Amino acid sequence: MSRFSRRAFLATVASGALARPSFSNAAGRYLVIDIDKMKFGVSHIELKAGDTVRWRNKDLVRHTATARDGSFDIDLPRGEEGSIYLVTPGKMEVYCRFHPGMIMTLSIVE
Amino acid sequence: MLKKIFLSLAFVLASAGAFAQDAAAPLNDARIAHIAYTAGQIDISAANLALEKSEDAQVLAFAELMARDHAAVNEEALALLNRLDVAPQENDTSAALSSQAREREEQLAALAGREFDIAYVENEVTFHKTVNDALQNLLIPNAQNADLKALLETGLSLFREHQLHAEHLLHEMN
Repeated sequence: MSRFSRRAFLATVASGALARPSFSNAAGRYLVIDIDKMKFGVSHIELKAGDTVRWRNKDLVRHTATARDGSFDIDLPRGEEGSIYLVTPGKMEVYCRFHPGMIMTLSIVE
Repeated sequence: MLKKIFLSLAFVLASAGAFAQDAAAPLNDARIAHIAYTAGQIDISAANLALEKSEDAQVLAFAELMARDHAAVNEEALALLNRLDVAPQENDTSAALSSQAREREEQLAALAGREFDIAYVENEVTFHKTVNDALQNLLIPNAQNADLKALLETGLSLFREHQLHAEHLLHEMN
């Protein structure tokens, strides 16, 4: 349902910057979410099918960005990054398999 | 069962006692760092024992996580102290923690199978709860350096996750 992708990013959500990022209207937008201090940089974000999300682990310990529905599971050792290309509209909960209290949601619209 | 409850209770009370403030040697950053580092090493040691003794996949996964996370935090603590040019200072609290942990580990080492698994995870619940209480109420409020305080706060968030994880695992095992 989803596939990995590597593209230049258009918007960045820094650690702790919980305000909604601004996107251009261009297709295939790119959002970077930093993980730091045991938190995802955003708790909820709305995206469109065709957008790409990249998680960057800036924390001390290894994390994952794992879809609750099992559609992806990105292993993120310290200092590593991983992306997912969003295809299917819907709401998706993402959590860390190692630290299940770390949760965020993605709302993907057409 | 009664023996297990008594051992857990004794450990909690003893650990809580270890964190009592010593008026003759008040907490400073060097002592706080030593206490936090010691607590991390204690949990790594317990995790290594579990990795050696347990055959339960969930317990092994949990122990592996404890060893990895606590090692990462302690590595960062040492790097921070190096940057600050502060040497961790041994103190009565860290010595008491180490002594109690050795005793507890000997008790754990004498157990086997499911009895070991449950005792290990119970110990993880009580140990993290005690350390988290100490971090929140004693170590973080007394830390002076902002970077040390921030590291302890991140540690507290991480160790609260560990405590929840251990509680959940224990619930599943019972």
